[in-house]
Amino acid sequence: MTAAVAPELRTPTAPRQRLLGYFLLGIVFGVALTKSEAVSWFRIQEMFRLQSFHMYGVIGTALVVAATSVALIRRVRVRALTGEEIAIAPKAFGTGRRYWIGGTIFGLGWALTGACPGPLVTLIGSGATVFLVTVLAAVAGTWLYGLLRPHLPH
Amino acid sequence: MPDVLTRPWPWYVAGPIIGLMVPALLLLGNKSFGFSSNLRHICAACFPGKVAFFRYDWKKTGTWNLAFLAGTLLGGFIGGRLLATGSVAFSARTRAALTALGLHDLSGLVPREAFSWAALATPRGIVMVVVGGFLVGFGTAYAGGCTSGHAISGLADFQKASLVAVIGFFVGGWIATFVVLPLLF
Repeated sequence: MTAAVAPELRTPTAPRQRLLGYFLLGIVFGVALTKSEAVSWFRIQEMFRLQSFHMYGVIGTALVVAATSVALIRRVRVRALTGEEIAIAPKAFGTGRRYWIGGTIFGLGWALTGACPGPLVTLIGSGATVFLVTVLAAVAGTWLYGLLRPHLPH
Repeated sequence: MPDVLTRPWPWYVAGPIIGLMVPALLLLGNKSFGFSSNLRHICAACFPGKVAFFRYDWKKTGTWNLAFLAGTLLGGFIGGRLLATGSVAFSARTRAALTALGLHDLSGLVPREAFSWAALATPRGIVMVVVGGFLVGFGTAYAGGCTSGHAISGLADFQKASLVAVIGFFVGGWIATFVVLPLLF
């Protein structure tokens, strides 16, 4: 476990070539989401109805690869290209209420739209322009959460 | 387009590539993979109002993620348009269940009977496109993450919060699938 780098010591804005790196990774993510059909409402229905292994295979292998990489990065204490130590901030659990309540609300939306936020944007790129409305509605949902946040159980 | 490019990818090809986003973002700039933060950044950039949740320097914390979002938009065009696979070969049991529900057109990536500009004028379209999107935005902000932030990068780091959130995702998904959808058809 490495100590977190104080936020003010981080590079304020990423240089252009690093932004290009994030953009290229986004392209790979979007292609993988469409080519695996993870953006398909039909595939998400199949997943929630427990009628196919496909989505569990996608998320499961993603998770195994991610967990193995995170463990390796921790072990060899590799630094990021920016020179900073890689630190993954733990998520404060608190009462845990925000996770199950918020998670359940998101789950309702995930099954209705058949997409989580990444696939929603990816679908717009694929030409399903009606998902612009869905993304705008998601922005509105996030905004209302921000407004109500002080009054919600967390 | 050669068949090898338009063919869909099996889960064991796409899953590991998606998983590699986590170390790639950490190595590139110590960034945690999480897509739904972009919804918050968009609020902070466009209409922060007097809401404390949106009063932060989104350019400093969010520009990288918005660049990633721009990439997924282009990736969607490449994978979903240029190299489009056509109809999804999903399970026969799901086909039967959706037909029984009242869906007639099972072609394309998403059902046109719910996700099209024309369907937006129907109560079903409004619930699935608009209310669904709203719940995605509200829920991910409340839970502090979506599938990428909790189910992939959070669970990969063995975070208890992410496990609880993912259980919530499925409880909500099951309610929508087995209770709400039958009411809409």
